[in-house]
Amino acid sequence: MAPALEVRDVVKRYGDVPVLAGVSLTVGDGEFVSLVGPSGSGKSTLFRVIGGLEPAERGEIRIDGRHADGKRGLIAYMPQQASLLPWRTVAGNIELALGIAGVPRAEARRLAREWLGRVGLQDYADAWPHMLSGGMQQRVSFIRALLSPQKLMCLDEPFGALDALTRQHMQEWLLSIWEANRRAVLLVTHSIEEALLLSDRVVVLSARPATVLREFKVPFGRPRGGKLWKTPEFAELRDAIHELLKPAAAIGPDGV
Amino acid sequence: MGNKWMRGWPPLAVIALFAAVWEAAAHLFGIQPYILPSPSAIVREAMQPNVWPRLEMHTIATVRRTLTGLALGVLAGMLLAAAIHLTPGARRAAAPMLVLSQSVPYIVLVPLLLIWLGFGEEPKIVLIMLVCFFPVTVAMLTGLRETDPALRGYLAMIGADRWTVFTHLELPNAVPYLFSGFRVAAAYSVTTTVAAEWFGGGSGLGYYIKLSYSGFETARVFAGTIIIIAFSMLMFGLAALAERLVVRWKPKAERRSGDGAGA
Repeated sequence: MAPALEVRDVVKRYGDVPVLAGVSLTVGDGEFVSLVGPSGSGKSTLFRVIGGLEPAERGEIRIDGRHADGKRGLIAYMPQQASLLPWRTVAGNIELALGIAGVPRAEARRLAREWLGRVGLQDYADAWPHMLSGGMQQRVSFIRALLSPQKLMCLDEPFGALDALTRQHMQEWLLSIWEANRRAVLLVTHSIEEALLLSDRVVVLSARPATVLREFKVPFGRPRGGKLWKTPEFAELRDAIHELLKPAAAIGPDGV
Repeated sequence: MGNKWMRGWPPLAVIALFAAVWEAAAHLFGIQPYILPSPSAIVREAMQPNVWPRLEMHTIATVRRTLTGLALGVLAGMLLAAAIHLTPGARRAAAPMLVLSQSVPYIVLVPLLLIWLGFGEEPKIVLIMLVCFFPVTVAMLTGLRETDPALRGYLAMIGADRWTVFTHLELPNAVPYLFSGFRVAAAYSVTTTVAAEWFGGGSGLGYYIKLSYSGFETARVFAGTIIIIAFSMLMFGLAALAERLVVRWKPKAERRSGDGAGA
């Protein structure tokens, strides 16, 4: 079976500025892969290339085995901001995304109601998005992506705008939902802990122009619990990745 | 309900005070009624059996004309905005022409429209349309463009096509803008109708006021004017009400501040 996503040696420049200098990675079917890297390392650019918004200069993108360079609509997507249309109800937002992905209307309606109930938001199905808290909006945004029929889900720093406590709850919530409904996921995050808690593999990008520095297999079994970060293996992996992401010595010992 | 009353009474009190001072001044200084009739004299004159039915008839003519011109103008303005927005490059090309069209004093259009369209209903309706369409077009063009970049990016990533982005992002986003343009157009439409009636034709409050003015019937001029003001305010209120009914998705605080800006 073809992997959900193959990125092969993708090169991208903005004018004369190289952003991606030959990035390769794969996401297997039902695999959770995280992408970590220094800020400004081109993670968002890579997402835009995968999403088909920008052409790659060189290299190839394959989604579900098919050539996908410059093709849109092949991924399910969860952005950093919940991005719910304010003039559509919560259920209406989910239905619209499914409709764009080609799900028939009645089926989209049924799925939206069913899943809002499953995550405890049934009372908010007909509410306007502004009535929901930030964490609730991100839950809606996540199930909207989860229900989209595309094989690959791209999550772009989905909890980056949430406070620390909400963020931790959301990670555990996402973990439990994903473990029960395995999908191919590519997650971009700033948080090494988040990447380790959720993923099967962590891909570490270099500073711009981005290349893949190293890949880490995350050896923890599933289902995982929130206590994972207390284990020594977790700390070891975290320190190893942290070491890789340290900027060049000139900036300072703490990498700040 | 109590809250509404609390917010509603100060403006009403000011209007009542204004009328009282006017009434007192008219009597105290013995101002001739053909120069400035007192409010009570205006009401008495308007209620005369030979005045009221004519006021009624002319009011109906003005209301009908205003609503027709406004509806057609707003519709034309919306269609033009959508067409400009959806045609690549048209926004830049059309902007100077839109501004230029607004620099034409409407008063000079009146004789031209009379020459082209005759003395019937058409030149008046066309004039009202011309006045109404611009604020609607400009407001709607702004609303169609000023969309949330995060929403735009999201829709692009999930593969929404141009038409979906227009109908589900740009058009709903433009609705509150459209209403602010509509409020301006509604206010313009009444004054334009009255001006058009002043210049030609045999019906409407503008015509009636001109006639009364020629006959030194100052109380009737005021009676007609007061009806026009009341109609203008009613139009404004209806526009605000329509907005509240249509734009239900906004948080309450945001909506109220929007009302404040419009009033």
